[in-house]
Order: sequence, then C-alpha cells, then structure tokens
Amino acid sequence: MIKAYNHITNIIGDIAELDAQGVAFGELAQITNTNGETSLAQVIKIDRERVSLQVFAGAKGLSNGAKVRFLGHPMQVPFTADLLGRVFNGSGKPLDGKPALFDAPVIEIAGPSVNPVRRIVPRNFIETRIPMIDVFNPLVESQKLPIFSQAGEPYNELLARVGLQAKADIIILGGIGLKFDEYVFFKHAFERGGVMDRTIMFVHTAADPVVERLLVPDLALAVAEQFGIEGKRVLVLLTDLTAFADALKEISVAMEQVPSNLGYPGSLYSDLASRYEKAVDFEGAGSITILAVTTMPGGDVTHPVPDNTGYITEGQYYLAGGVINPFGSLSRLKQLVVGKVTRSDHGSVMNSMIRLYAKALETKKKIAMGFEKTADDERYLKYADLFMQRFMDLRVDIPLEQALDLGWKTMAECFSPEEVGIKKADLDKHWPKKD
Amino acid sequence: MTTPSQKIRAKVIGVSGNMVSIEVPEGALVQNEVAYVHCGDEHLKSEVIKIRGNTANLQVFEDTRGIAPGQDVELTGELLSCELGPGLLGMIYDGLQNPLRLLDNRQGFFLKRGQYLPAIDQAKKWKFTPTAKPGDIVRAGSFLGSVQERHFPHQIMTPLGLIGTATVELVRPEGEYSVRDEIAVLKDEAGKKTTVTMSQPWPVKKAMKAYAERLYPEEMMVSGVRIIDTFFPVGRGGVACVPGPFGAGKTVLQHILSKYAQVDIVIVVACGERAGEVVELIDEFPHLTDPKTGGSLMDRTIIICNTSSMPVAARDASVYTGVTLAEYYRQMGRDVLLLADSTSRWAQAMREMSGRLEEIPGEEAFPAYLESRVANFYERAGFVQLHSGDKGAVTIVGAVSPAGGNFEEPVTQATLKVVSAFHGLSRKRSDERRFPAIDPLDSWSLYLKQLEASLNSRLDPKWVEMVTFCTSTLRKSAEIGRMMTVVGEEGVSLDDLVVYLKGEMLDAVYLQQNAFDDVDQATPIDRQVKDFKLVYRALFAPFSFKIKSDARRFFARLQDAFYQKNYTREGSAEHKGYLETIEKLLVEGSAA
Ligand SMILES: Nc1ncnc2c1ncn2[C@@H]1O[C@H](COP(=O)(O)OP(=O)(O)OP(=O)(O)O)[C@@H](O)[C@H]1O
Ligand SMILES: [Mg+2]
Repeated sequence: MIKAYNHITNIIGDIAELDAQGVAFGELAQITNTNGETSLAQVIKIDRERVSLQVFAGAKGLSNGAKVRFLGHPMQVPFTADLLGRVFNGSGKPLDGKPALFDAPVIEIAGPSVNPVRRIVPRNFIETRIPMIDVFNPLVESQKLPIFSQAGEPYNELLARVGLQAKADIIILGGIGLKFDEYVFFKHAFERGGVMDRTIMFVHTAADPVVERLLVPDLALAVAEQFGIEGKRVLVLLTDLTAFADALKEISVAMEQVPSNLGYPGSLYSDLASRYEKAVDFEGAGSITILAVTTMPGGDVTHPVPDNTGYITEGQYYLAGGVINPFGSLSRLKQLVVGKVTRSDHGSVMNSMIRLYAKALETKKKIAMGFEKTADDERYLKYADLFMQRFMDLRVDIPLEQALDLGWKTMAECFSPEEVGIKKADLDKHWPKKD
Repeated sequence: MTTPSQKIRAKVIGVSGNMVSIEVPEGALVQNEVAYVHCGDEHLKSEVIKIRGNTANLQVFEDTRGIAPGQDVELTGELLSCELGPGLLGMIYDGLQNPLRLLDNRQGFFLKRGQYLPAIDQAKKWKFTPTAKPGDIVRAGSFLGSVQERHFPHQIMTPLGLIGTATVELVRPEGEYSVRDEIAVLKDEAGKKTTVTMSQPWPVKKAMKAYAERLYPEEMMVSGVRIIDTFFPVGRGGVACVPGPFGAGKTVLQHILSKYAQVDIVIVVACGERAGEVVELIDEFPHLTDPKTGGSLMDRTIIICNTSSMPVAARDASVYTGVTLAEYYRQMGRDVLLLADSTSRWAQAMREMSGRLEEIPGEEAFPAYLESRVANFYERAGFVQLHSGDKGAVTIVGAVSPAGGNFEEPVTQATLKVVSAFHGLSRKRSDERRFPAIDPLDSWSLYLKQLEASLNSRLDPKWVEMVTFCTSTLRKSAEIGRMMTVVGEEGVSLDDLVVYLKGEMLDAVYLQQNAFDDVDQATPIDRQVKDFKLVYRALFAPFSFKIKSDARRFFARLQDAFYQKNYTREGSAEHKGYLETIEKLLVEGSAA
C-alpha cells in the first residue's frame, strides 16, 4: 500500500514535483533527504503522473535524490487529554522535551464545516474587565475576532490578558511566526495565570520553515473542535495571522498562481474563512471562540490581509497608539448580549458615548486648527479627556456595570440630558440627579 | 433511470484545488453537465466547466481531498438543476439545494461530503385542486391546479420549458397527491404525450421566461427602511446593490429587508458569508410575524446558505439556485424578493476557478466574463405579466463587498452598470455609528424619477418634490459643514448655520434608523409618510434666531423630540406627547 520513490524531478520554492502513481489529492508524504533529515509534505496538485508536494520543512537543501514515501492519508494530529499542558511545533512535534504522543488516536485536520443548522446563536457575554471591550464592543462566546494592530503595539499582551480573563475550559495558542521572546512571554503569562495545565500550545517561530506556518491554525483548530464536541468551552488564540497569509502568498507564487491583490492568492478570503469559521457554539456541546492577531502592514486596514479578515470575522479590536480605538473596533455579536444579557441601559450608554466622543474629536481637531473655543467646545474637550482617562486607558480594569455607571457620570459631568440622544426611559432611570 | 455504471465513462487525470480534470475515451461531453467523481464510496457532485478534446475540467462542489487519477467519473448528461414544487417554503438549503435540516438528521454536527437528498419532501401528500380540464390548450407555465403551501395557493404548472402549446389530455381529480404522482398528461404539438407531476426540474443557469412580457416596474417595493423607501426607493421587480466595506452594515440591512419588506416571498442567499448570520435568521424567523399574512416569517422564506467555509464552487451554484427559486414563484404571480449576501463571494469563486483553468486574467485577476455573468444574474429580476394576465415580480438586492472598501474595483463596477438603485455604505458613516450607513450624497436610485407618478399618487401629491428639496438641503448642509471645518463656526453666517443644523437633523432623525430597536427598526410606509412630512416642515420652515447658540440650542431640542418620537409606537401617549412638543417647537422657532 505504501508507495516509495527515489527521485524528485523539479524543486520550485518549497514545492517538490515527482512522477508517482496512485497518489490522492491532499495525501501526506514523508521525504527523507540524502542527509537523513526528514520532513512531511502534502500533495497539492496532481496532473496525470506529475505530483506536486508542499514540503513542510521547506525545500532548502533538499536533494533530488531524496526518498519520497506516500503515507496514504492526509495530515492528522493526535487527540487526547494528554495534549493539555504541552507545547508542539508547526508539524505537531513536541517542543517541550516530553515524549511524542505516538499511541494517541488521531484526527484529521481541516475537516468539513459544521452544518449551519447545528449551530446555535451565541448568547454568553465574556467579561474582560477592559471597558473599551466590555462596554463598547463586548466579546461573546464563540465569536471570531481579530486584534488589528501594528508592530510595536502590545497586541500579544492584550491577547494574553483577554485569554486569561475569558475563563475558558481550555486555551489553545497557535503561534505563527512568533519571536522566541513572544513564545516565552505567553508561556510565562499562562503559568502565572495558573492555566498552563489546561493550555495547549502549537508554536511556529520565525526561524521555522515557512510551510509549517500554514499548519498551525489547522492543528490548533482541529484539536479545539474535538474538545468542543466533547462539551468544552475552548478559546483559541492565534498570532499572527498576517504571517499565515504571507506564507500562503509565498506558496502560491511558487505555484505560479495569478495573484489577485499585492501578490496574495485569489483564494485568500476562503483560506482565512475556512479557519475562522471553526468558531462555533455547538448545539448541546461546547464552543470555540477565536481571538487572533492580524498585524496591518504599514498600519493600513485596506491591506488585503486585514481587509479580507474584516470581511470574515465578527468584528475586530483596533489597537493603535496603545489603546483600543473605538471607531475602528466593532463587535458584531454585541447586539446578542447588550441590554439582553447585560444591563438594560448598556445599549444607550454604548451608542451615545461613542457619538459624543466622535464629536469631541472633531472639536479637538477644530481647536488644533486654531479656532476659537466656544462654551460648547469646552464641554466636548472635557469629555474627550475624561473618556481617554476613564475608558480608553488600557490600565483600567473594572467590571462592566461599574464602567456603565462611570459612563453616565461622565456624560452628566459634561452634558445636559437633551444633548446625549438617549431614549427617555433610560434617561429617567440612570441620568445622575443633580443635588 | 439508467444505472450509474452505464454513465461511468470518464476517469480522473488531475486535481488542483477544487478543479478535477477528466478524460473520456469516447462519447459526448456536455458543457455544464453534472458529473459525479467516485472517490471511494463518496460520489462527489461536480459540473463540467470546460471541454477540450476528450478531456474536460470539472468544478467539484465538495472538498477534493482523496481524489486520485484513475478514479471513475459518472457523467449524467443533465445540467445542474433545481427541483421546483410545493414544499420549498420554509426550507434551508445549501447551494446545491440540499435540505440542511434533513442532512442534519443523518450526519450530526458536520456536513459530510457526497450526501445529497431530494430538495422537497417526496412522500408528503398535498391536496390538489384542479383548475384545468381536458382539451385546454396550455403553454409553458400554465396553471393546471393548485395546492395550499403554507399561506399561499401553490400553482401546479405545466413544464416551464415547454415549447409551443400543448393540449391537456387528462387532469387528476381533486385529491391527495405526492410530488411524484402523475397529476396531468399533456399532448404536445407533435402529438407526443408527457406526464406532469407536481414537481419539475429547472437548469439553474438558465433564465425562466414562461411569461407574456416583461414590464417596467410600476411601484416601489416597500422595505421599511426610511432612507431607502423615501430617498432611494427600489422598484418592485427592480434591482439594487448595496456595496460597502466590511462592518458597514450590509448584512444588517439585508436582514431588515428580509423581515419587513412588503413582498410575498423572500429568498435569502447567504453566499460565502458567515454561518452565524444565517443561524440568527433560522433562530429568529419562526418567532417573527410575516407583515403580510400574519403567519410566521419562516412561512414566506427560503434560505440558501453556502457559507464561507463551505466548498467554494457551490457558492457559484447558490446564487443561481436562489434566483431560480425566485423565478419559479414569480411564475405563479408572486412578488418575490431575492437577497444575495454577498455577490462578491460568488465573483471570487469565479476568480478561483478561472485561475485554476489558467484563463487570461483581467483586472485583479477576475475573469473577463465577470461583467457578463453579473449582468445575466441581475437581468433575471423583473416585473412580468404572465400569460394568465397575473403579474409577478422578482426584485434583487445584492450586497457587494469591495476589496479595501474601494468602489472602483471590478465587482462593484460590473454591478453598478446593471442596477437601477445604488445604496452605497460609507466607512465614515459606519464609524460614526450613523446607521444604516447608506451615504445620502453618493447613493442614487433611478426609481425616484421613474416611479414619480406612482409615488406622488400613492404617498403625497408633492412627494418627489419634497424629497428633492430635502436632498438639496442635505447637500447644502454637508457643504457648509465642510466649510466650517476650515473657517470655523464663526466663519459662516447664522443662516448657513441653520441650514447646516437642518441637514444634520434630517440625518439624525430620519436617515438614521436603529436596526436593533423594536419600533425604530422598520417604519411602515404610512408612518414614513407622516414622519417625513413632519420633518420636511421643519426643514422648510423659515426659522430665525438672534444668535448662533440660540439656533444650536433650539435644534438640540427639536432633534431630540424627533428622535424620541422614532422610538415610540404610533398612537401611544408618549408618541402623541412628542408630536405636540414638535409642533410647539416649530411654532417657537418661527416666532423667535
Ligand atoms: N441599522 C443599524 N443599526 C444599528 N447598528 C447597525 C446597523 N447596521 C449595522 N450596524 C452595526 O454594524 C455591524 C456590522 O454590520 P454588518 O454585519 O451588517 O456589516 P457588513 O457590511 O455585512 O459587513 P461584512 O461585509 O463584513 O459582512 C453590526 O453588527 C451592527 O453592530
Ligand atoms: Mg455582512
């Protein structure tokens, strides 16, 4: 059954091509180089006899005399409770010095979609104690949400902080192109947070082969899915998916595919979506929540990676200048919890405070251009400052209801009730009474 | 039916993504015929999309893992088709018209590939009441009788592809029949007899034209969204597009339309978007009331859902499946709304396939035929008169997701060429939470002019004139607003400031609408007329103020009263209260 070959015909980028028979699309092969090094590879194209293999460890140093052995099955990952507390690399090999899980049952990665009718509408609010998230763009269990950011911003800190706050049953970290320091940061953060024993890490560092980057999300999500079916509430943290997209780009260029936009393949949307859509609330079982990092090259949201991501995910947190920007950020599931699971005035506070802040920024701009300050302007400026201090500052760490109360207080300190555009019922109930 | 083995004539010779190449030693190949790749026990549905000599390319509607050279391929000779008949309403299908709820019973959480079920219940008995009788001369789409499907009589029609006329030989008497039972026998012009059942197939990529003539839209389709109905209306049987960057509100808008549009039937095509959004509809619809029949909203709805992680090729099919079902109900004289979210994902599916076929790419790697495919799709909308004299409509509202939010990209441009209403969502408005984020200065609708007479007679004799006045106020207001950012409030006159404030107010209290408030989310047309005339009076009123801060204060109060009114139910005491406040303020402002 197992077929072996001793000759590779072409090597282009990280793709090896050879003539082989009886090989199936998506099948895995083991390549043993002439120097004895081995790597897995996957069939990504078949044209009659000609089979193209994507070499996970990369083709650098690969000899055309290498041995290729087809394994008869697609990529798999072991699945067992023993995964908890462990660290693996991008092709599933242990990185923590402990033994590999050879005898564990295996599951296929990148499996089929969940039948939409077996999903349920998510309704569980996840409190992060970060007002810019809880008040303005609350996170909901089973949501898929990226942090849009740039190099130098504390996105991994934010990811870890939310990860620890979320109180998930299981945390799975998928590191893609991580710096070694970042990997250590996460490890320490999880240890300090006391969650390491329910954490699994799949880590691909920047020094590892490019192709392995592609596998990390699939490995992490396949494992997450299995735990989810078993009833666990799983949180998957992926950082950085831009590195993942760049790997897709490299491969597609090597495959001579016509690029659609800045060299990225036309399938970028589908490639990202098939990963993000693994986020799910299973009917009668667990859930998968995905929080990811997408760095924006040049800080440009319209760059194909953040752009396609935005079209896929259920909102995004826009982290710039060390704060979560309320305008670029969005939680699309917020309407499922705001005022329904959370306090009834949540919606009014959320909408009005943002509208007022938008106006306050306009005022700031105006003043910066040297215009005279009116009495109205003064109030908006004051509001802008309070908003920065009490809400946007990432050091603020308070529960939602306290933040809502602070919202009413802040509005009342700056405006009269007619100015805030809030429906009367809420005003009557929450507008701080003057004494 | 022939046994599959007779149809196995081809072998797999290559695989690249969702494209499979096959070779046929002998016999004909048909462009767009359905094929099944036999991958072990799984028979994977595919479509022939390119023929070259004795080889062909298939797009496979499933995951292609495990497909290998040498595997058998069954060629059916039949085009990709829908099954049409009673029992479609309330169903949730994938792009290939697989009933997802029924698959669910068999497969658990995941969609296993290669499993196909009949689209409509084959066993269910329907009470058929004949209307045709032997000797009647019929043509394609003639009514033979009807069954009651939910709240509608579902017409049982002659084959929609019937050429010329035929004579009714036999019609079954009133009674209970399944969709497979013979219901009538026809004899065509050549004397050939055909049996008619209550269900019939239709090739999805072919427009259904069994009607007398296509007419010009006569009236607007009421959506319940103020900015659309009042400023950028969509004709019944018309076409509109909603392009916008991610998160600008396309889906929320489509969902509002799916709930509140004043039509008989709504077909929602979730094409390459999030599964969660469909789940929300499935969860909500059974509990919502159809504004027209009073029944459950699900009774008038068909959901076709090929979400972003489902196989890409089936996305292409989903759009066609949707429009085919819409056309089918139009043939019964129904008024159908087709919502497609998002047509860009369908275009991307075309692009992926075109790339695999190594066709010469056009702009942004989209194929050269993108425009004609988009045009063909939207052209299937229309207001038509049937041979029976009844009228039916298919209205299409398609969401477009332009890369980078830039409307210059190929899909938006191809779409703009064929639609008659453009509801462009702007990033700026959505960032400012001015929802729906339809840009009132960029958007347009040809229907406002085209339906002028109908709008004026139905809504108000001066309707279009009032709308035009408000639009021009908005423009002026925006201009003054821009000026103020440069020269400051001091730099504009008091009169200009008032115009600016009027525009802002119109925006805040009429154009904006909160999709998540029970009252504000949809405004029935009668209320729109009243609300609009009231705000029009405020815009038209020659308010005068002594100083600018008076004007600002006045408009803050007036705007708040209008705003509060939007959230109250007509006829309630609060609503009356706000109307009174508004009247008082209108007098006060003019006297000041
Ligand atoms: N009419 C509205 N009223 C209130 N909020 C709205 C309205 N429309 C949109 N929103 C807000 O904007 C968010 C995004 O809207 P929506 O999901 O419709 O965007 P979209 O244009 O479909 O994005 P994508 O292209 O990524 O699918 C919603 O989750 C909601 O918070
Ligand atoms: Mg959408």
